[in-house]
Amino acid sequence: MPSVSRSFREAGFFAAVAFFVIVAAFPFYWMVITAFKTNSDLYNLTNNPFWFNEPPTLDHVIYLFKETLFARWLLNSLVIGVCVVIITLVTAVPAGYALARMTSRKGEALGIAIFLTYLVPPTLLFLPLSRIIAELGLQNSMWSLVLVYPTFTIPFCSWLLMGFFKALPVEIEEAAIVDGCSLFGAFIKMAVPLSVPAILTVVIFTFTLTLQEFVYALTFVSSSDQKPITLGVSTDLIRGDVFFWGEIMAGALIAAVPVAIAYNLFLDRFISGITGGAVK
Amino acid sequence: MAVIAEPITKPVSRFHFLLDRRDVLEMVLVAPAILYVLLLVGLPLLLSIYYSVSAYTIYNPTWRFVGLANFEQILQNPTFIQTLVNTFIFTFGSQLLGLVLGKFGAFLLLRPFPGRKFVRALIILPFAVPVALATIAWRWMFDSLYSVITWTLIAMGIVERADAPNWLGDPHLAMLCVIIINAWRFFPFAIVIFLAGITAVPQDVIDAATIDGAGFWRRNYQIILPMILPIVVIGLIFGIVFTFTDLSIVFLLTQGGPVGSTSVLGFEGFQTGIVSGDVSHGAAISLFMLPVLLVVVVLMLRFIRRREI
Repeated sequence: MPSVSRSFREAGFFAAVAFFVIVAAFPFYWMVITAFKTNSDLYNLTNNPFWFNEPPTLDHVIYLFKETLFARWLLNSLVIGVCVVIITLVTAVPAGYALARMTSRKGEALGIAIFLTYLVPPTLLFLPLSRIIAELGLQNSMWSLVLVYPTFTIPFCSWLLMGFFKALPVEIEEAAIVDGCSLFGAFIKMAVPLSVPAILTVVIFTFTLTLQEFVYALTFVSSSDQKPITLGVSTDLIRGDVFFWGEIMAGALIAAVPVAIAYNLFLDRFISGITGGAVK
Repeated sequence: MAVIAEPITKPVSRFHFLLDRRDVLEMVLVAPAILYVLLLVGLPLLLSIYYSVSAYTIYNPTWRFVGLANFEQILQNPTFIQTLVNTFIFTFGSQLLGLVLGKFGAFLLLRPFPGRKFVRALIILPFAVPVALATIAWRWMFDSLYSVITWTLIAMGIVERADAPNWLGDPHLAMLCVIIINAWRFFPFAIVIFLAGITAVPQDVIDAATIDGAGFWRRNYQIILPMILPIVVIGLIFGIVFTFTDLSIVFLLTQGGPVGSTSVLGFEGFQTGIVSGDVSHGAAISLFMLPVLLVVVVLMLRFIRRREI
């Protein structure tokens, strides 16, 4: 009976899909459940941990905003993100454009060289960078992160923008030049306005990259009021040896949701950036 | 006397004239990015190499050259050899697991079905969320007493509460946990890379192969896989680089423990160079990453050139 074997195959397919969804998303389900459970429910081994045995509570979220520096960390992350976005745009947009318009092989080689610096890991650079930051008097300050984060956002975004500018027809700029525009004017008045979607992608990505970063933040910032959100939530909500799981999970959830949404929206462009415009 | 009319010159500055030369303008536009990267990636990299052959510590910032003494001392330390081995196990274990899950997941998501977009969004989550926050959530799931995984195993009657696994307290289990978390973090990335590659293979190539009698496996491994290989390798290189040099998962989950069983290069470099302030030894430890990175860069260059589809 072919229809029976077919529905078996269908069931198998959806079971496999369900398995993947559970593996991927369970830790987030766990964050939500923990963030809104009362402590007496959380720390009772006889309760079913998968669901609320007592009514959900907002206590952890309220505690987070009232008794911890959580709001300050959010603000720090916002300030760091905005500053890094500005630095990245000012440097990477012209760089991406120039790399895309360089006709010789020199342009491609330079582009690859810049992109490869994205692969130099923080764990190789944090020691010398921490000395440089100390020399500049930025130790233990969130401004050290504003200085350092562009080292990975600039290479990545230059590469990403290079791909976008390459796809933009040169003829549009040439027409503007014939009409009396300077070369630089053609870049500012024609190429930049036409690549607003690409620039928006770069803004979102730079911002999420700064939110995801952990190693530099851990190395350079140790006072609580200077920490960005990921560092604060993961290292500062532990008193002695006691983990405040409700608060930690609530904080992780609030920090993770916007990043997750932004990532999902822009993922395809991110991937085409990594694979070097290999995928249309 | 004839008066020669002076040619009317537009008040154009020399600067402006230069900017109208295409090659000059291009150099000016690309210069800020290159300078930034040279100063804050290139210079530190050289500094790091110099630190590793000096006797520099936070307490005694000397530039005295000591040759390869730091490297010799590190290599004589048996726990460092263990760290090196751990780093390889961690990297290749998690990448292998991630690739297998990724290939299988991509295969599932290739077929259209209702709610596919939503399913994809959920499956992407591990890669989207900051790794530090995800690791902290896993730490809670691996808690010695309140672990939800242990609770489930007990409820299913597989283990007893008395001999429940102490996930992060047992050396082998701890390594397994670290690998699982990293594979969990990277498999969505692998899925997306596979999907991007497979959807870029022209349908007529696959059709032609089918007409010529190629079956499912043959199509998959002799037609599609070779065609998507460059993209997959680039994705894998990213995975290897970011895993091999990672510090956050180990730092937040196990602190290298129990008894150094999950210590990796990045973590060891951090402990020695930042926490203990022994900058020269820390830099030397971190530099053990360099050979692997160089191999990876060479591979990357070869495959970037070869990407066609």
